[in-house]
Amino acid sequence: MDLLQLFLKSIFIDNMVFATFLGMCSYLAVSKKVSTAVGLGAAVIFVMLVTVPLNYLLDQYLLRPGALVWLGDEYVDYDLSFLTFILFIATIATMVQLVEMIVEKFAPALYNSLGIFLPLIAVNCAILGGSLFMQQKEFNNITEATVYGVGSGIGWFLAILAIGAIREKIRYSNVPPAFRGLGITFILTGLMAIGFMSFGGMLTGGDEAPKKEVVEAIPPTEMKEVTPVEEVKTDSTAVETVKDSLTEIAQN
Amino acid sequence: MADTKTKEKEPLFSKKNLGLVKDPLADNNPITVQVLGICSALAITAELKASVIMALSVIFVTAMGNVVISLMRNIIPNSIRIITQLVVAATLVILVDLTLKAFVPDLAKKLSVFIGLIITNCIIMGRFEAFALGNTPWKSFLDGIGNGLGYGVILVIVGFFRELLGSGDLFGLGKTYLGHPLLGNPIKGELSGLYALGYENNGFMLLAPMALITLGLIIGFQRSRNKSLIEETH
Repeated sequence: MDLLQLFLKSIFIDNMVFATFLGMCSYLAVSKKVSTAVGLGAAVIFVMLVTVPLNYLLDQYLLRPGALVWLGDEYVDYDLSFLTFILFIATIATMVQLVEMIVEKFAPALYNSLGIFLPLIAVNCAILGGSLFMQQKEFNNITEATVYGVGSGIGWFLAILAIGAIREKIRYSNVPPAFRGLGITFILTGLMAIGFMSFGGMLTGGDEAPKKEVVEAIPPTEMKEVTPVEEVKTDSTAVETVKDSLTEIAQN
Repeated sequence: MADTKTKEKEPLFSKKNLGLVKDPLADNNPITVQVLGICSALAITAELKASVIMALSVIFVTAMGNVVISLMRNIIPNSIRIITQLVVAATLVILVDLTLKAFVPDLAKKLSVFIGLIITNCIIMGRFEAFALGNTPWKSFLDGIGNGLGYGVILVIVGFFRELLGSGDLFGLGKTYLGHPLLGNPIKGELSGLYALGYENNGFMLLAPMALITLGLIIGFQRSRNKSLIEETH
């Protein structure tokens, strides 16, 4: 159950694109057509699936303070965490290269559809970001890390798929010249991010959970009197007011 | 070390060299025109202070990295240049990260993974690949400074609006600039400034989606001023 929760949370609530803005460069550059967007999205999921668990092992047995204790008791004081960035990025670059070779050898059809995107992924911040967030979240075992990696990849895939579809349609709309292309894409992504914020309350395990319970405990009639006072003091209350207005719009 | 090489050929601050610094500030801005390095530009701009620190870090990494790559440009084999560039960037970012952790630990915690993500910031790789591999160290240094500054300018603009409208504050000093008496209602002890007119801090500005929308509006504004940047298709 915890794994399912972690999976859903990494897809929707902590969505790579909408909550942490990772992988924006390729998200903007490759989302002009749905077909290419799907190709890159699939490649990202695959690379995340491989690199996040691998980097988890590196972190556990090499990098974190005291991780080298498996070599013997005299290594307990070693702290190699300053090497995190260089090792993680080396792992990612190597894995991307390796994945590219394996796919080329054993699945030429898949290689032809992903081919050009695989090298792009080495410098996709979503991949390195996934590993760095994995390290920050201090997962208990490798299963959790894997689930987190796959979930984040799927979240990124969904985001690029959605914006790809919207950009195909918006070609027929009369966008003001100055906003054509990049400008409107940013604004659309912002609007989609507002939509994704509504997933925030989907699981009680959200980051804003404690505040949220307090607000929800108040009956709806009293809430109207309370909210103007508390409004916009903190991030999480602002989330609540936005959510309220979103539900109102939805009901209308 | 960088400037001795080109000294004989042309003056250090020739017009062309100054252009390398100036162009990325507006007409060839890395964020709004080249579309590089968006990720970090959005994530850490809820506060002006974080934006400034981030901008300085990126300027350091682009400038120094450009010089290093430029010095090595004739000995890097073509097939492993990407990984060489990543290692150079990662080394510089580790320096920045350790420095920040030592001198501004609170802010370093707030920036969390985004300092590490400078490695994969497309500006770094883009400039290494497009400029430093084919130019002399001094030119590469100027190009790095210019692109870092261009990135920093956008970061500071976005950070300024988000923090001012979101919390009425700048640099986290605990003042409320929007409540300044000059903006209206100078009576002490009451709501002053724009707050007297019914304005309330827009906490939504501090959340993720508004970073995207703010940047979208900045891009729209820039393109409406400079028509040559407008894209033909969507």
